Amino acid sequence: MKKFERFEGVVAPLDRANVDTDLIIPKQFLKSIKRTGFGVNLFDELRYLDEGQPGQDCSQRPLNPDFVLNQPRFKGAEVLLARRNFGCGSSREHAPWALEDFGFKVVIAPSFADIFYNNSFKNGILLITFPEDVVDRLFAEVAANDGYQLDVDLEHKRVITPSGEILEFEVDDFRKHCLLEGLDDIGLTLKDEDAIRAFEQKHKAARPWLFRQSA
Amino acid sequence: MSGQTLYDKLWNQHLVKQRDDGTALIYIDRQLLHEVTSPQAFEGLRLANRKPWRLDANLATPDHNVPTTIKERAEGNSGIKDPVSLIQVQTLDDNCLEYGIEEFKINDPRQGIVHVVGPEQGATLPGMTVVCGDSHTATHGAFGALAHGIGTSEVEHVMATQCLLAQKMKNMQVRVEGELGLGVTAKDVVLAIIGKIGTAGGTGYAIEFAGSAIASLSMEGRMTVCNMAIEAGARVGLIAVDDTTIDYLGKRPFAPTAEQWEAAVADWRNLVSDADAQFDKAVTLQAEEIEPQVSWGTSPEMVTGISGQVPDPFAALDETVQRSHTRALEYMGLQANQKITDIKLDKIFIGSCTNSRIEDLREAAKVAKGKKVADSIKLAMVVPGSGLVKRQAEAEGLDKIFIEAGFEWREPGCSMCLAMNADKLGAGEHCASTSNRNFEGRQGYGGRTHLVSPAMAAAAAIAGHFVDVRTLPANDATHAQEA
Ligand code: SF4
Repeated sequence: MKKFERFEGVVAPLDRANVDTDLIIPKQFLKSIKRTGFGVNLFDELRYLDEGQPGQDCSQRPLNPDFVLNQPRFKGAEVLLARRNFGCGSSREHAPWALEDFGFKVVIAPSFADIFYNNSFKNGILLITFPEDVVDRLFAEVAANDGYQLDVDLEHKRVITPSGEILEFEVDDFRKHCLLEGLDDIGLTLKDEDAIRAFEQKHKAARPWLFRQSA
Repeated sequence: MSGQTLYDKLWNQHLVKQRDDGTALIYIDRQLLHEVTSPQAFEGLRLANRKPWRLDANLATPDHNVPTTIKERAEGNSGIKDPVSLIQVQTLDDNCLEYGIEEFKINDPRQGIVHVVGPEQGATLPGMTVVCGDSHTATHGAFGALAHGIGTSEVEHVMATQCLLAQKMKNMQVRVEGELGLGVTAKDVVLAIIGKIGTAGGTGYAIEFAGSAIASLSMEGRMTVCNMAIEAGARVGLIAVDDTTIDYLGKRPFAPTAEQWEAAVADWRNLVSDADAQFDKAVTLQAEEIEPQVSWGTSPEMVTGISGQVPDPFAALDETVQRSHTRALEYMGLQANQKITDIKLDKIFIGSCTNSRIEDLREAAKVAKGKKVADSIKLAMVVPGSGLVKRQAEAEGLDKIFIEAGFEWREPGCSMCLAMNADKLGAGEHCASTSNRNFEGRQGYGGRTHLVSPAMAAAAAIAGHFVDVRTLPANDATHAQEA
């Protein structure tokens, strides 16, 4: 995983509550057995006017001109500004893979669904939770200012607006550490291999029926 | 000190290590695998040159992509017409073979939707931690098991370490007290709960469902309720162990052997919240107030009783709600204040991990018996949750009832729940579906899903529009909730 560094990025607003993972990446694209290449199908149903198929050349498809990511002023956006309960629905990790592949590094919303929250951090995407009124204000600022950018500083857990306003956010230390260092969870967990083995033996002795194969 | 909740007990029994930063390593007893969320995990193992930690903890079956027509299934994997789907199913077979993981392949009679197969095999036991790369893993919590849906990176993590990195959730209790009315089922209960607390109402919580109406449900009904905990935002749904749980498990293939049975049962009896346990949040519903439910919008919380109507978006005070309701009505092609019973259907889907177990099929068959699917319905299908459910249903003659009424009788799989195989809705089509998600495009591009119980879906198939199962003549649906 790449290290998460401080950056300034264009903000794209997606003004819609309860954006679910089917909307982020529709199921026909889940058939891939790879982790990459989902970016062209991010928000497929909102982004294009036709129904997308896996493996299709998306450059030939009719774009929905009203969709925010198709508007020139949001080109190259790296920060997605969203509404409450973003990422609800299925556990598909294809959702953060698609966001990441498209180029998003950060999603800001008043709240996120739990599984999506986990999955995003595991793929190097920072999710920032701000209160509804702060998010409302950011939506208004983005609408009013062409080329609106935010400076995202994970190290100090803050976002700086173009006017210099500092917005602090919370993220747990472990997630922050993994993101900043680009760490792989499995490698970290395996450092506790002995503790896992010891637990497993005790657990098996106490509840042997949990370790049984089918008859 | 106050007592422990069921969730607290399960958490403590599996805690390998608590880290200072608030995360913990939790030992995982069972991992269920399917073809959609596992290939990248196996690939990751291979790239890092790692081996699965414990093979016998894993059990795999293809479900999301498998075709469900009898003709295609007769050909096994080669009956999968879509080449991309075929690669996915084939990849699962190859991975399981390579690593030595037990798999119920496409035409194994034990194949089916993972969340039907696990419990049916006794591979889900009380007191277990169960994970699967699928958000409906909460289903298994019906057994007093701590069951999480996880993402693909976590699937790989569990395979490699037998542990999950987790943070302890908060405790929420949802009580449903009283007696459910005739024709009101577990599905209606859970939809009513979601309607009440909202799709984010359980975010960050493990929800324990309790109360006399929950205790009176069969295991099938309890699984339906826990299945949709995720639609209320909770990764975990739980129900305490009681006689119903234990009776269901006896003699299942993966259940404890005769020598271990007594000890296991004694252990399971503790899997209930202590009387003085504290919950961070509690909600109570009255069973008598729940009527058969129908979702009208594009989120499971957009739901109402059969006697209700589609809401007027501008009746809502909150602007975000106004906007999402307006958008939902536009997508669904419905009018504000339209009566639910006036919604006409094009297709009917009875199946999915929410409602494809034997009891669900029995409820639907009771309504369909001796009737005909309305001419205006283009397709009505019944898709059993597993090969074993299908056999059982056929042994009871349910397949004949459905076929005579004009339903298609299919082979097991996820099917039109998410339309990854050929079973889908066309744009603008309304479907009465016993599945769990009514998101835009979920059952096909532009498709319009209404979530209902099996009995309500069958009744809608016959009438061509929604009807209240409680008003059908006796001997039809009125005993639907018994089983
Ligand atoms: S039946 Fe539907 S919800 Fe259940 S596992 Fe399959 S696709 Fe997911």
